[in-house]
Amino acid sequence: MSSLLRNQKVRNTLLQVLYVGSIAALVLAGVVIARRNLAEQGITSGFDFLFKSTGWDVNFTLLPATANDPYWWFFLIGITNTLFLGTVGLVLATIVGTIVGLARTSSNELAQLLGRTYVDIFRNIPLILQVFFWYALITHLPTPRAAHEAWGFLLTSRGLYIPFPNVRGVTMVLALFALIAAIALPVWLGRTSRLSQPVGGRHAIQFAVAAAALACAAIILAIGRLPDAPFIDFPALQGLNLRGGLRIPPEFSALAIAIAIYGGSYIAEIVRGGFKSVGKGQMEAALSLGLSPWRVFTLVRLPLALRAMLPILANQYVWLMKATTMGIAVGFTDFFMIVALTINHSGQTLEVIGILMAGFLAINLSLAALFNRLNKAIALKGNQLRG
Amino acid sequence: MEIVAPPAPGKLEDLRRRFFATPLQAVMSLICLAIMAFIVWKLLTWAVFSAVFTTAGGPEACQAAAGACWSVIAARWRIILFGLYPYEEQWRSALACVAVVVMTVLSCIPAFWTGRRIALVWGIGTTVFYALMKGGMLGLPFVGEEAWGGLALTLFIFVTTCLIGFPLAICLALLRRSELPWISRTTGLIIDGVRSLPLISILFTFAIVLPFALPQWLQGDKLYRVILGSALFFSAYQAEIVRGGMQGVAKGQEEAAMALGMRYWQRIGRILLPQAMRNALPATINQFVISFKETSLVVIVGFFEILASGNAAYGTGEWRFAYVEVYAFIAFIYFVFVFSLSRYGAFLERRMSASER
Repeated sequence: MSSLLRNQKVRNTLLQVLYVGSIAALVLAGVVIARRNLAEQGITSGFDFLFKSTGWDVNFTLLPATANDPYWWFFLIGITNTLFLGTVGLVLATIVGTIVGLARTSSNELAQLLGRTYVDIFRNIPLILQVFFWYALITHLPTPRAAHEAWGFLLTSRGLYIPFPNVRGVTMVLALFALIAAIALPVWLGRTSRLSQPVGGRHAIQFAVAAAALACAAIILAIGRLPDAPFIDFPALQGLNLRGGLRIPPEFSALAIAIAIYGGSYIAEIVRGGFKSVGKGQMEAALSLGLSPWRVFTLVRLPLALRAMLPILANQYVWLMKATTMGIAVGFTDFFMIVALTINHSGQTLEVIGILMAGFLAINLSLAALFNRLNKAIALKGNQLRG
Repeated sequence: MEIVAPPAPGKLEDLRRRFFATPLQAVMSLICLAIMAFIVWKLLTWAVFSAVFTTAGGPEACQAAAGACWSVIAARWRIILFGLYPYEEQWRSALACVAVVVMTVLSCIPAFWTGRRIALVWGIGTTVFYALMKGGMLGLPFVGEEAWGGLALTLFIFVTTCLIGFPLAICLALLRRSELPWISRTTGLIIDGVRSLPLISILFTFAIVLPFALPQWLQGDKLYRVILGSALFFSAYQAEIVRGGMQGVAKGQEEAAMALGMRYWQRIGRILLPQAMRNALPATINQFVISFKETSLVVIVGFFEILASGNAAYGTGEWRFAYVEVYAFIAFIYFVFVFSLSRYGAFLERRMSASER
């Protein structure tokens, strides 16, 4: 026996079996105990609860929801809410971060100072404090009767009311796709090698395609508009409440603002790092070739900086996506809040925690896959690499 | 021919060159200046010129004023800083916070950067903190954890998270680097699994869900379960940082140690880890900064740390309108801690890159 233990191979195998086995045993014991505890409370395990109706309402949803809908539908609502808030937050944070980051890399010292002050202040205050702050600020706005008004926008304690086209939801989505196509198609046409025309001579085709896509969007909107209603719906006071327009609830705007400002301060640093990593010689070479400063920026500095930024940016985006879970602090019904509510109401603890893990794993993995593809597409290839 | 250096530019000339070199620069400078002047002016008017500082007039005088109402801080600072801690004993809570600050400052001094000394500093610091807070000895009345709150609770969660999380991170990093495939793969799965989840969901699981999966005698206090969850989260991130540091150590170092006949733990403890920690130092401090900010999330699972006590300070009764001032105060406290720590990290990074040149 002792000679067997002295054998390196046997010892290694034993060690591995012991390690993996003890972790598996821990998890298994936890599951068994949990099942027994839950069974004592009269909760049967399994995923049948997913098809029961919930009986509660959510305050923000992109998909139609009633209290009679089953749990699985609410999980779907939670995920779309998380993704929607995340996307809005990411886009806003990227805009803020790009502006501040460019200010920090500009040649103007005052702009640098402004950028640095912004980053120093907002990076060093916890995100949840900022969420609480904006939520308190918005809910302390005047009531609908005394709303702040500007250009048809109404600021009230019940949310932000914005003018909105009077169209059906499906139409909106289709029109959005047409708009995206109007931007993406010309870009694609300018790069693809499938056309016989040289890259420089494609402006006419690009314009035509963009105009066609825009026309498509306009036609879709015109067809999909609700009959006998003005095309754009302005919010207005009717009785004690506001009618019309699109209401953005305070929970959503507080989270979106906080994520934009806090995430923006991190993205600003990433943008600055990206631009700093571009070699000075590259820009000097471009300038000496007679390119204008603008073309140096768009053709040399930006693409090179983007390549340096993208992997770090991907991490930051994943982090910001997870930060949407702070919605539970102010009552925004994101995926995590639906999970917490479901545990409270149905008691299906283990199953729901499993769904939570699977949900976030799926979100993280798909974001990571998306960025890996993007990174591969724009990475320097072969002989473009500098020695 | 004699070459004469051009005369040094005067103050005005210097200013012109720095901010008004070209028309575009001049326009940008002016815009930035205007933005800055506007913000500073607005802030000063609000926070100083038309603000109320004394509690003399009470909330009513405050509400009438146009500017900030700092009297809410003067009236409620004890709740914000100490939470529900018994009023007469709050000096202990304050002293405990000082102990943590001293401990942090000491561990920032390079003379303490050996494994034994840093362990000693943190051991003593935490013991002093715990003894002061909990009492029940040396004539100090006993105060249970459920009465802790405010800044002291925030610091306690942060310190214990690091104290448990750091050794755990080193263990996880070593296990992940193990040559035995099953051990490294299982550890990798645990680390990546924890990293892909939001911290809130882990805190929630440890606080609310875990009691179902534990036998009665293992459940412990909710506070310690939450600390364990936060330590696990910290260690998953820190383990990757340590692993990165280990990868930066040249392979020859370990081979040389092996050739000298050093055993595994000697190689790890004397050769690999010291060099790895040096490589990982900037990222480690960054992680400490992040996890200090993230302690604020325990407010969601129902703890009375500084953010929750701040909510309570303005949320009840007559100070309901003064939320901006309370949040500004808490933000300032966080800012002082986080900013000084991150400045220190930046200083260290500069110093280390200078010594490598």
